[in-house]
Amino acid sequence: MREIEYREAIREAVIEEMDRDPKVFLIGEDIGKYGGAFRAYKGLLEKYGPERVINTPISEAAIVGAGIGAAVTGYRPISELMFIDFTTLAMDQIVNQAAKIRYMTGDNLNVPLVIRTQGGAGRGVAAQHSQSLEAWFYHVPGLKVVMPATSYDVKGLLKTAVRDNNPVIFIEHKMIYLNKGPVPEEEYLIPFGVADIKREGSDVTIFAYSNMVFKSLEAAAELEKEGIGCEIFDPRTLVPLDEEALIKSVKKTGRLVIVSEACQRGSIASDICAKINQKAFDYLDAPVKIVAGLNTPIPYNSTLEQACIPHKENIIGAVKEILL
Amino acid sequence: MVKKLENIEKREQETGYMIIDGHKIRNYFKELDPEIKIEMLKKMYEIRHFEDQTEQFIIRGQIHGTCHLYVGEEATAVGAIYAVEKKDYITSTHRGHGHCIAKGANIDIMMAELLGKKTGYCKGKGGSMHIADVTSGNLGANGIVGGSIDIATGAGLTCKIKEKGKIVVCFFGDGAANRGNFHGALNMASIWDLPVIYICENNIYGMSMPVKEAFNISKISDRKFSYGIEGLTIDGNNLVEVYNTARHFADYCRAGKGPVLIECLTYRWKGHSKSDAQVYRSRKEVKSWMEKDPIPGYRKFLIDDGVLTEAEGKKLEVEVVEELDQAVKFAEESPFPDPGTVEEDVYA
Repeated sequence: MREIEYREAIREAVIEEMDRDPKVFLIGEDIGKYGGAFRAYKGLLEKYGPERVINTPISEAAIVGAGIGAAVTGYRPISELMFIDFTTLAMDQIVNQAAKIRYMTGDNLNVPLVIRTQGGAGRGVAAQHSQSLEAWFYHVPGLKVVMPATSYDVKGLLKTAVRDNNPVIFIEHKMIYLNKGPVPEEEYLIPFGVADIKREGSDVTIFAYSNMVFKSLEAAAELEKEGIGCEIFDPRTLVPLDEEALIKSVKKTGRLVIVSEACQRGSIASDICAKINQKAFDYLDAPVKIVAGLNTPIPYNSTLEQACIPHKENIIGAVKEILL
Repeated sequence: MVKKLENIEKREQETGYMIIDGHKIRNYFKELDPEIKIEMLKKMYEIRHFEDQTEQFIIRGQIHGTCHLYVGEEATAVGAIYAVEKKDYITSTHRGHGHCIAKGANIDIMMAELLGKKTGYCKGKGGSMHIADVTSGNLGANGIVGGSIDIATGAGLTCKIKEKGKIVVCFFGDGAANRGNFHGALNMASIWDLPVIYICENNIYGMSMPVKEAFNISKISDRKFSYGIEGLTIDGNNLVEVYNTARHFADYCRAGKGPVLIECLTYRWKGHSKSDAQVYRSRKEVKSWMEKDPIPGYRKFLIDDGVLTEAEGKKLEVEVVEELDQAVKFAEESPFPDPGTVEEDVYA
């Protein structure tokens, strides 16, 4: 199968959905001639014109709010926020408006809006451009949260997100845009709430999403040399979450390591741990382990930055400890 | 503010044009069928009596949460909404009952929502601050000050691209004009010439904060200069003036000339919400505005104009009171939602 970059997979998904449905349009900062800060929209302005590739001033609340207004009146916009750190500027529109309009109005209005953004550390862009804020959105009823790791997943899930009738926070990772992965030529969609076992194993389940999938895969490859079989569980969508598949994997391995780039306090990792303790405690042979980012802002200096987030070595260490 | 109202230039109705804040505006109102002129009076009565009834419910403890009453501001909602077409969109505010009624909502269903009933517009899940009668083009009230400004702008994008000929009327208060998103949204609407009439209902207070302390400009409509758009300040208690101004700019928006910022000077007679002791303003001030009640002024105007007799005016109000009684009966007799529905409607 051909292999394409993550950002190219995004572009293909967007093109397919825009060709399929004239109601889909793009709105965000520097998505016109510039093609998006990570070039995922390269050439789309030329292809679809300024009515469907709408380049905006730096007004995050209006980018999301205009998306909501267009969504409740029949469009299916993809609003782009260049960095997840900038969602702070649009939080009223995301949390108080998009997430709640359907419920508050008793099902009178739907908000079929995708908010594409990206987060994560590793590029030396420091504390205001490197955060992993997915837990904020995971916490809010009414939002769906998608965090694809591979080219295959990002394409199939973005197409599903565009067709979903709810606001979807679609979170990419800045370190993986150039990763290549197999993507079939023919069209496919990936349903929400269906996890993907990225690697099978019988000794321990590693729950990881986004860029941490790759770190976990690296760890699993090394551990295999020592005869330890890791099962890499990638939920792909955090809301909805494929709990059933996770419990099934934990039943099989009896051990769970949760990996999270986001700092642990109030994190998705902590919530997954709670869920497993509530629903699969009897299957556990050891307490759940969490490998998470430090509870600090992301620093600029490369050594300090790397010290903030989990690495292959941390995951290997946690797996060995849980197997003791 | 009182002084400013007097300063607004007006010319005799007979000329066929009015000068409103420096703009020469056709007297569209004069050309209306008498039925429509009377219907607007009836709508103002409906809002007034709906709010009086709501206040009774508050006093009796039948409103579970809070409500923000529109009493005293009726001419703004009715004048602006009657100036646009049924197909057009509106976005509303936390003080939204008036907009909702003027746009054509059913008061039985509204009242049921206020009482948290299953038969309400939002199945009892939204309450006063979230009523959205989508069938009449109302995209919803909003509990966040200024929260609907961005949404209206997005609806304007839909009108510009897909539903050509439609426009949006976006209501918000003076307080909202100081929220950051006001700037982002109006700038966006201005660069893309979106067909949105932004109506700033300046009722002199953002909760307790007086406009004169919250702004360093005397007219909020002067913010138009930042966006290179049209804008003006008008008497929000004068239905004819609101109607003509909104109608003029509805045509302007439909012609693709871009958005407009209309500041309507008005006053809320009641407290901000149900728990407001109103220590920040004097009774004298409230009384002075009550003397400028938009409803009797308009009724007298219609009577003087021969559109309506005194008796017909009274009869109209009686009809409204009877309709309200029916709405109250419907709301009170409606069932509460089943607790089992609490998790429904979160996701589509």
